[in-house]
Amino acid sequence: MDVLLAPLLEPMSLAFMQRALAIGVTVAVVCAVLSCFMTLKGWALMGDAVSHAVLPGVVIAYALGLPYALGAFVFGVGSVGVIGAIKQHTRVKEDTVIGLVFTGFFALGLVLITKVRSSVDLFHILFGNLLGITDADLWQTVVISVFCLLVLLIMRRDLLLFCFDPSHARTIGLNTGGLHYLLLTLVSLAAVAGLQTVGIILVVAMLVTPGATAYLLTDRFDRMTALAVLSAVSATVLGIYVSYWLDASTAGCIVVVQTLQFLLVMVLAPRHGLLARRRLS
Amino acid sequence: MTGSERRSKHCPGAAAQAPGIAVEKLTVGYNGRPAVVDVSLELSSGSICALVGMNGAGKSTLFKALMGFLKPAAGSIRIAGCGLHQAQREQMVAYVPQSEQVDWDFPIRVWDVVMMGRYGAMGPLRWPSGEDRRLVRRALERVDLWALRDRQIGALSGGQRKRAFLARALAQGARVLLLDEPFSGVDISTERLIIDLLIERRDQGATVLLATHDLESIPSFCDRVVLINRTVLAYGDTSEVFTQANLLRTFSAAAPTAPHP
Repeated sequence: MDVLLAPLLEPMSLAFMQRALAIGVTVAVVCAVLSCFMTLKGWALMGDAVSHAVLPGVVIAYALGLPYALGAFVFGVGSVGVIGAIKQHTRVKEDTVIGLVFTGFFALGLVLITKVRSSVDLFHILFGNLLGITDADLWQTVVISVFCLLVLLIMRRDLLLFCFDPSHARTIGLNTGGLHYLLLTLVSLAAVAGLQTVGIILVVAMLVTPGATAYLLTDRFDRMTALAVLSAVSATVLGIYVSYWLDASTAGCIVVVQTLQFLLVMVLAPRHGLLARRRLS
Repeated sequence: MTGSERRSKHCPGAAAQAPGIAVEKLTVGYNGRPAVVDVSLELSSGSICALVGMNGAGKSTLFKALMGFLKPAAGSIRIAGCGLHQAQREQMVAYVPQSEQVDWDFPIRVWDVVMMGRYGAMGPLRWPSGEDRRLVRRALERVDLWALRDRQIGALSGGQRKRAFLARALAQGARVLLLDEPFSGVDISTERLIIDLLIERRDQGATVLLATHDLESIPSFCDRVVLINRTVLAYGDTSEVFTQANLLRTFSAAAPTAPHP
């Protein structure tokens, strides 16, 4: 028995591993719930944009000694504002504007990070630093995650309606513009939380893949949310273990496991999988 | 306190005799380019009006303005005597979308879609009350979808899908109904059911405005007709306006009647 459990229990005796698992799972839950709305709304690119655009905010906040969440939030929401403004006032198409703005913000972040003397490690921001999280970072992430989850819990029906049928939402008097920005604000916050676990580059995977996996498994939104959370949490735990055993990039392992989960489901899902579809046709 | 008492408190202009939809000299468009120019309409309560025009004539633009998605460049819209936002908050307006606008793969059941008609009347958490459930059930039964309430919305046929969205409007209990192409892709029996339902709502005092390409059915149930091509070409009682000559005018692309900027 001990022989079987030892590889699982041994890493757990290490404080940094306990911490990595706790924070990894927390972030996974938030991102997974959000990913359901992102995939249904078709906002994967928007999620990518917002998560990249937070970089200069993080650098500036660090330099000024402010909580990095604040800087990231300002720039995440700011990028969305800039995207909206350019789209509205020029003839350039939306996906072009998104691609243009987020790379611009990201590049600005790179310039800042190399010029502003600070303790910020570029590599950690880009690819996460799950195994080296400080207490302050941990608390910030927990606070952000709890806040996001509460908002999602309270607003989930309005957000669902907003994703499904914004025209109806509008005609019954809901503030669709407000819901649009609420969802984007939550994405910025989730990007900040995800920065700790998988980093800016891969956080979009956390914001898209679990929702996509769950979407292939069910036709009910509540079940989709539960399955997305299940998939994200299991991928995170498994990914952290794999990275420990292989001594490989934690972020990479988590996202690879998540992607494998998706591919597996894509082929095997009972009704919407490739095999099931072939059987039907 | 009943709904109408509450309504009168928030919106003093709201009264049974106020026209369901009153559009005055409306000009609206995209990025400063008007798509609909100088439109005036007054649709009384208890009437059904067909909105007829070519593709690109401005039907969708007019609908978007009536739903508050486009801000008028000039002119005004009043619903039952109230401003648009007020009317929307009071659940006076219901919209039945075109089939093409709906994501039919969305993980949502027929029951949930119809329940969304009740959201505006619920508290901020959107917890349905017993009354909400009762109204949803009644609406589903009215359109013969009660047995299919647990189906995913895309698992319905074309006619059933339309009926589901109609049930949502019924559950909402709005006095102004906007329908975008309600008869496209539906079978004869569903078309009959929709028409009967619209007549029923009209007789209860509702104002119905529908954009439609199904010209044949119009005289059988529409009291009034609006013909548009960027602006109103003709508007009035069906018997007077719905003539061969007017239709020819409406559907001849070579006649841009609106002034060029």
